Amino acid sequence: MDMKRDYYEDIQLFSSGVVIFWFVAMMVFLAVVPFIFKNYYIYVINFMAINVIVVLGLNLLVGYTGLISLGHAGFFAIGAYGTVVLITQAHLPFLLALLVAGLIAAIFGFLLGLPALRLEGPYLAIATLGFGVTVTQVIGKIKILGERQGLHAPDLIIGPWHFDTDKDFYFLLIPIAIILAFAARNITKTKVGRAFISIRDAEIAAETMGVNLTFYKTLAFALSAFYAGIGGGLYAFVLRFIEPELFSLSLSIMFLTMAVVGGLGSMMGPIAGACLLSWLDLQLRNILDIPYLGEWLRSLSQSYFSLTGVSNIQYIVFGGILLFIMLFEPLGIFGIWIRTKKYWKTWPF
Amino acid sequence: MAFFEVKNLSIYFGGLVALDGISFTLNQGEIYAIIGPNGAGKTTLFNCINGIYHPSHGDILFKGQSIRGKKPDKVARMGIARTFQNIELFNNMNTMENIMLGRHLRMKTGLFRGAFLWGKRSFAGLEEVAHRRKVEEIIDFLDLQSSRNKLVGGLPYGTQKQIELARALALEPELLLLDEPCAGMNAEEKQDMIFWVKDVQDELGVTVLLIEHDMQMVMDISDRILVINFGRPITEGTPSEVQRHPEVLKAYLGENEGVCAA
Repeated sequence: MDMKRDYYEDIQLFSSGVVIFWFVAMMVFLAVVPFIFKNYYIYVINFMAINVIVVLGLNLLVGYTGLISLGHAGFFAIGAYGTVVLITQAHLPFLLALLVAGLIAAIFGFLLGLPALRLEGPYLAIATLGFGVTVTQVIGKIKILGERQGLHAPDLIIGPWHFDTDKDFYFLLIPIAIILAFAARNITKTKVGRAFISIRDAEIAAETMGVNLTFYKTLAFALSAFYAGIGGGLYAFVLRFIEPELFSLSLSIMFLTMAVVGGLGSMMGPIAGACLLSWLDLQLRNILDIPYLGEWLRSLSQSYFSLTGVSNIQYIVFGGILLFIMLFEPLGIFGIWIRTKKYWKTWPF
Repeated sequence: MAFFEVKNLSIYFGGLVALDGISFTLNQGEIYAIIGPNGAGKTTLFNCINGIYHPSHGDILFKGQSIRGKKPDKVARMGIARTFQNIELFNNMNTMENIMLGRHLRMKTGLFRGAFLWGKRSFAGLEEVAHRRKVEEIIDFLDLQSSRNKLVGGLPYGTQKQIELARALALEPELLLLDEPCAGMNAEEKQDMIFWVKDVQDELGVTVLLIEHDMQMVMDISDRILVINFGRPITEGTPSEVQRHPEVLKAYLGENEGVCAA
């Protein structure tokens, strides 16, 4: 074995040929998807990409820095409304509006990060939860934000291109998601990411080694809010219509569930978690249309639960998945992946 | 101007007097030990120096500048590093990354340059490699090669203590606070640790403030010793002076020798 090695190996993105192979395979797959799948599936993938962006940011906060947020729907809403209003009222071009809305969300993230310096665990959860709920309440009262009636997203135009169909959005969303995923991964491998992890693992030691807790905790919040804001800005256009109801507490919990199910503190885990739960979320909404099962669930619901019980079945399933993950696989999908890899590496022993 | 000076330092927790009028001066390049029975206030003193606790009275001067009331990260910035009695490592990072955190203050990669770590030639890439090389020197110095890429959480206790020392050294401190570096170590590990602390003083020229219960280590390497008990200073002097001091014997062995003999 070559003993003389380069330090760059420790941090480089593609540590081996296998990784490069899978990365290229993934890129090729993503490039051909819009040409082989039906429109509905492209919509589903767009939806996944948005959730991936938000969960990447949330994971930097919860998984890497060890802080919690139950208010990410608030940042998501700020990003969504910000982008739409900056385009319709301030006439900014789309990409600039998206970036500015992301930065506005980041500023709110920074402000929410300030109480986080003193709060921990359940107390921080409550504070962020309050923030998330407040945002939608406030938006519901502001006239230019459409109050409770909501807002229509304008046409999406970047330079000479008009983005109309789900396929068009796909070519916008996927590159943004990939860039943000690489950025998140690189951050975790360099100085800022190490500071985040050090705060999570041993706060006092981090402090005595020179990590400024005030700076890095608020930075983690701001960065995480930025990701959520970008996700929200894109969401407004994929959905074409936004209203305060969309950004409820259950959405915040859903983001957190995606991160936890995927595996906090890993990179691929939350991405997988976001994809899996986004897919389930959309599929379970149509569960009543499935022959036999749908009818059975409907009769079950009507005889034992409320009439509307089954329409929110996705939350019941998510709750179940979350419980299962907490009890049996605290590292989430990432943990399952690690164990599978180990099993096959050492097979048949 | 003294290199490091603690002046009449006191701290109260409610009615409890944890430290009461501690004063001492460190000369540059010496190893100064603080000993005393359990609960004497040694670690509290370190926490005051570090800025984790805020002293009620007195002052702490480092190179003529007061560091009392400064936040821990500002104290670290001035060149004071420490290790902990109960290991405080970042369990989910490997040895290399743990020590890399010690380089935190000497690195400039921010959020943006970090996010765009595109290849070896980017700013972040160059800086990472340069600092990893520096950390490798420390790994060599402390013989940590075998655990270089392992998560520290699963490493043996003695190795973890070593990594704490390595992380503190990565800061390139002028003053190093060691809180019981030998606690819980076996004889061989202890010998190594004594050797390294001596090396830190000789080769790197770092001033060491040491808390230790292991008398062999204290008497071997300290230039001067301060004995405290119940937060109050008992005596200060060279190892041989301290060993003969009647108050020290009383604090460590108890008052009535007859009881011990019986």
